[in-house]
Amino acid sequence: MEVNERNIKMWSTIGSRATFGIGALNLATKIDNLMVLTCDVSTSAGLDRFRKTYPEKYLDLGIAEQNMIGVAAGLASEGYNVVTTTFAPFQTARCCEQIKVNVGYMKQKLCMVGIASGLALGNLGFTHCCIEDIGILRSIPNIQIISPADSLETIKALTAAVESKKSTYIRLTGSSNNPIVYKEDYNFKIGKSVKLKSGSDISIFSTGAMVSTSLEVAKKLEESKISSNVINMHTIKPIDDEAINDAALKSKLIISIEEHNIIGGLGSAISEQLVKTKNNVKMLCIGINDHYVKGGSYAYLKNRYELSADKIVNKILKNLE
Amino acid sequence: MNNELLKIEKLSKNIRKNILDMAFYAGASSSHFGGALSIVDIISVLFGNKMKFNNNPEWPDRDRFILSKGHACLAYYAALCEIGYLSSEELKTFEKDNSNLLGHPVINRNIGIDFSNGSLGMGLSLGIGVAISFKKKKKNNNVFVVIGDGECNEGSVWEAAMAAAHFELNNLNIIIDNNNFQQTGSNNQIMSLKGLENKWSSFGWNVSMLDGHNIKEINDYFKKDNGNNKPNALIAKTIKGKGFSFSENNNDWHHAVLSKSQYEKALKEIL
Repeated sequence: MEVNERNIKMWSTIGSRATFGIGALNLATKIDNLMVLTCDVSTSAGLDRFRKTYPEKYLDLGIAEQNMIGVAAGLASEGYNVVTTTFAPFQTARCCEQIKVNVGYMKQKLCMVGIASGLALGNLGFTHCCIEDIGILRSIPNIQIISPADSLETIKALTAAVESKKSTYIRLTGSSNNPIVYKEDYNFKIGKSVKLKSGSDISIFSTGAMVSTSLEVAKKLEESKISSNVINMHTIKPIDDEAINDAALKSKLIISIEEHNIIGGLGSAISEQLVKTKNNVKMLCIGINDHYVKGGSYAYLKNRYELSADKIVNKILKNLE
Repeated sequence: MNNELLKIEKLSKNIRKNILDMAFYAGASSSHFGGALSIVDIISVLFGNKMKFNNNPEWPDRDRFILSKGHACLAYYAALCEIGYLSSEELKTFEKDNSNLLGHPVINRNIGIDFSNGSLGMGLSLGIGVAISFKKKKKNNNVFVVIGDGECNEGSVWEAAMAAAHFELNNLNIIIDNNNFQQTGSNNQIMSLKGLENKWSSFGWNVSMLDGHNIKEINDYFKKDNGNNKPNALIAKTIKGKGFSFSENNNDWHHAVLSKSQYEKALKEIL
């Protein structure tokens, strides 16, 4: 599967979920012991072609997520390289204890993919939005957490997670017509953040679909003569301590931007490292401020939670006064 | 009684003796005594005659055993000692600091523990994963999962029950330890099981019911092949605390401390 301009555009158009399906299809050609497990969401997860092409590598467990994780762990214990997927709330919170015991405690290796996380399904209400998954899973040992910035990074993260010996949760955010962050191929390594833009005043750490918004924010801040680092923290666990230490030394303000509750997510992970550094640099955590609102479109909810580029710029400027 | 049954009966006595030793050495930390004793005779048939294993606990062609009601691990550890995977000395570390033998099984393939269990309602799902894997690899092995009747309160048991029948896992065998008690009372007081046999059979399983302390009946059950594609559920009618006069059907022994005098009395009752 070639990473070229045409594919990058196509993956962006179809969004991270459908791109995940393409990524899985590609992995099936290379990995004999791959198994993909879903809970009656093959279409939503872009797995229709996978299901038809590789029926022997595909299992639908029905609408039963707790059982899916147990079955996945049983398969993993017998040497299968297992990917599980369903909508993010059901992939994480619904089967949280099964993940704790089977994946965290017992260390059965899985790659778990939570589709449509964050606010993308806002019209369906907060049963289907997911602003809690990073916080929930970050407290369980032995699980890596990745939130890809765009569709290309979804492919990269999936490949890296399947090849990794450790278990991983991949949090897919955004919708179709996912903005492109990476216009060409690049090196992706779990736990190693990517500096997308260098600046001298402030450092913006971001993850998932908010990375693209963060680049927009940095551009707008230039109009106010503020120069920003923009760092894609695609991996939230293990967090890239070096990048945080470096920012603490060189920035007068550190900002985290995420489509997640400000409790437990990227901002929490960064601040946990930041308090260990000598520099008393101020940090601004931008995300969902620990409350549910009435649902609405993805754009409506981002605006409601003040996650639009303009509103984020205003917040940053206020904090710099 | 033929030699096969005599061997199983001897094993069941040894397992009860090991359980007494561990419960006694556990001292004040107490142990899940009653629910371990109710599965001894089932475990004795499985480890004494039915399951395929050898002296290498990680032998790839072994059958798999999952103690979904993980709190009954005294019986499991006792059996692992009898088949040579654990020493009597190791049994004395039960529930001690940094032990391999905690109050619920912790995965440790060197000593024959294939999965961690303890949080109820999870073992059957693991068993389905293993059973599917055996089918895919065309292996002729079986999976045995021991489940508590109280454990059937957990919704995840029924998610798994549905899936095992859907995937036609006739290599998957569950044994329900139907001792009629759970932690704080009888099934009927806490959450009645009303027609457990019908529940499993309507979920698409072969269901049998027998005396869970009659070694011959259990042994004969495991010799027959149902000849269809359904998974197999054995509802074993058991007695919580079976084997000792003071603990039988006495739910105070769900989790309790075994005193020296009780230990000595119980030792005599085994003989």
